[in-house]
Amino acid sequence: MAQSFEHSGTSWKGQKLKHQTSLIDRLDPRLRVIVVSVFALLVVLSDSFAVLSLGLVTAVAMAVLAQLNFKRTLRRVIAMDMFMIFLIVMLPFTTPGEALFSVAGFPASKEGFIHALKIALKANAVVFCLLALVGTMTATTLGHAMAHLKVPDKLVHLLLFTVRYLDVIGQEYKRMRRAMQARAFVMRANLHTWRSVGYLVGMLLVHSLERSERIMDAMKCRGYKGKFYLMDDMTLQRPDFVFMACCVPFFAVLFGLNFL
Amino acid sequence: METRGLTYRYPRRGVVLDEVDFKLEKGDKVALTGPNGAGKTTLLHLLVGLKKAKAGEIHAFGAQRHEEKEFVEVRERAGFLFQDPDDQLFCPTVLEDVSFGPLNLGKSREEATRIATEALESVGMAGFEERITHQLSGGEKRMVTLAAVLAMEPDVLLLDEPSNALDTKARWRLINILQSLPQAMIIISHDDDFLEHLANRWVRLEGAELTEDRRLATPELAATAV
Repeated sequence: MAQSFEHSGTSWKGQKLKHQTSLIDRLDPRLRVIVVSVFALLVVLSDSFAVLSLGLVTAVAMAVLAQLNFKRTLRRVIAMDMFMIFLIVMLPFTTPGEALFSVAGFPASKEGFIHALKIALKANAVVFCLLALVGTMTATTLGHAMAHLKVPDKLVHLLLFTVRYLDVIGQEYKRMRRAMQARAFVMRANLHTWRSVGYLVGMLLVHSLERSERIMDAMKCRGYKGKFYLMDDMTLQRPDFVFMACCVPFFAVLFGLNFL
Repeated sequence: METRGLTYRYPRRGVVLDEVDFKLEKGDKVALTGPNGAGKTTLLHLLVGLKKAKAGEIHAFGAQRHEEKEFVEVRERAGFLFQDPDDQLFCPTVLEDVSFGPLNLGKSREEATRIATEALESVGMAGFEERITHQLSGGEKRMVTLAAVLAMEPDVLLLDEPSNALDTKARWRLINILQSLPQAMIIISHDDDFLEHLANRWVRLEGAELTEDRRLATPELAATAV
C-alpha cells in the first residue's frame, strides 16, 4: 500500500514526458482537446464494429504519429484494461441470449460476448487517442488549453493547483513516512499499523488543509481578487488547419457510419 | 502603519497579543523577535488583515482599516513574504508567479511581464523566467518569492523569517538585496546575526506584550558585503 501511495504522489515529477517532438506536439493544445473529445464521443456512441475498429486503428496510428514510448503506453493501456477485465469476463455470462459455450454449467451468450468486445474496443480506442493527443502535453498546458476553451474557472484552477501541489504533498508524505521509519515503524498487518497509517493520512489531510489556507493568504497578499490571468496566447497555425482538414472528413465518415 | 490596543487570542492558545501599540515609521527596519509561538507571525497577519483582530485599531497608509475591503489596498501596498516559499509560489512557471501580483494590480500583460523580468533581475534571478517553480532549490525559491513581492512595488515590506533554511551564500545574497531596499520593513527572524545586518530598531514580543528592545540596538553597524 505504501508503494502505491508513493507512486501516485511523487513519481510524477515534472510532468514533462520525455519524447521527441512529433507532428502532434506542433498542434495547438486546444485543437487537440477538442479533437479528442469529438473522437471519444463518436466512438463511445457507436454501435457498429466498422466504426469501432476504424477508431481503434486511427487511435493507434495517432499514437505512432505522436511517437509515444511503446513500453510506457502499453503499460498504461494495460492498466486501464485491468480495470475492465472483470466486466468483460462477466458480461457474456450475465447477458441473456444464444449460448456460445459454457463454463462449469454457466452458459456464455453470444450477445454478451459481442457487447464485451465492443466495450473493450471503445475504451482502448479512446485511451490511445487520449494518450497520443492529450497525454503528450504537460498538465499545465492542458489546464491553459481548457481555460482558453472556456471550461469553468474552478475546474481549471483545481487542475493547475493539483499539478503544483501534488509534489509538495507527496514530499510531505515521504517526510512523515521517513520520520516513522526512523522510529522503527514497520508496516505489519496489525492494529498498531492501521492506526498509525490512519494518523499519517489524517495528518496529511490536516497539513494540506493548512497549506491551502496559507496559499490563499499569500495570494490575497498579492492582490488576488478571484481572477487568474493567462500569460500565453494560443493561436492556430498552419499545421492546425491541416490537421483540422484531415479530422473533419474523418469525423464525418465516422458519423455517417454511425447514424446514417 | 500603526496599531493601537491590538488584541488577538487563539481559541486554545490563549491571548497572544494583549493591547499592543506599535508604530512603523518611514525608514524603520524593525527586527521583530520573540520565542516560538509568541505571535510574531500573527501580528504581521493582523497588519494586512489576514486575521481579524479581537480588539484594537489598525491604521495603515493614512486610514483606519477594519473591513476586509479596506485591507485589500493595504495588501497591495505592503509586500508580505511568507515563511514557506512553497506557499507563495503557486504558479507553474516563475514568470507567471512573479507577474501574478502586477496583473492583480491591473497592469497589462506586457507591462506585468516587463515588471516581473526587472524584479527577477534585481534579485539576481534573471534567466529563471521559464523555470518550473517546484523544481527550484530552496534559495532560488526564496529569491523568486522576494521578486514576486517586489514586483508589486510595495511601500512596506513584511518579512516572515526570510533567512529560514538558506545556505550561507543565499543568505548573504538576501542580506545584500534587503540592505539596498529603501522600504520600511518588519523582519521576523531568530537569526540575530542576520538581523544585525539589517535592523535599525529592535522589538521583542513576549508574553503577549511588545517591548522596544534597546539592549540589542546597534544602529551604526556597518553594512557588510561579501
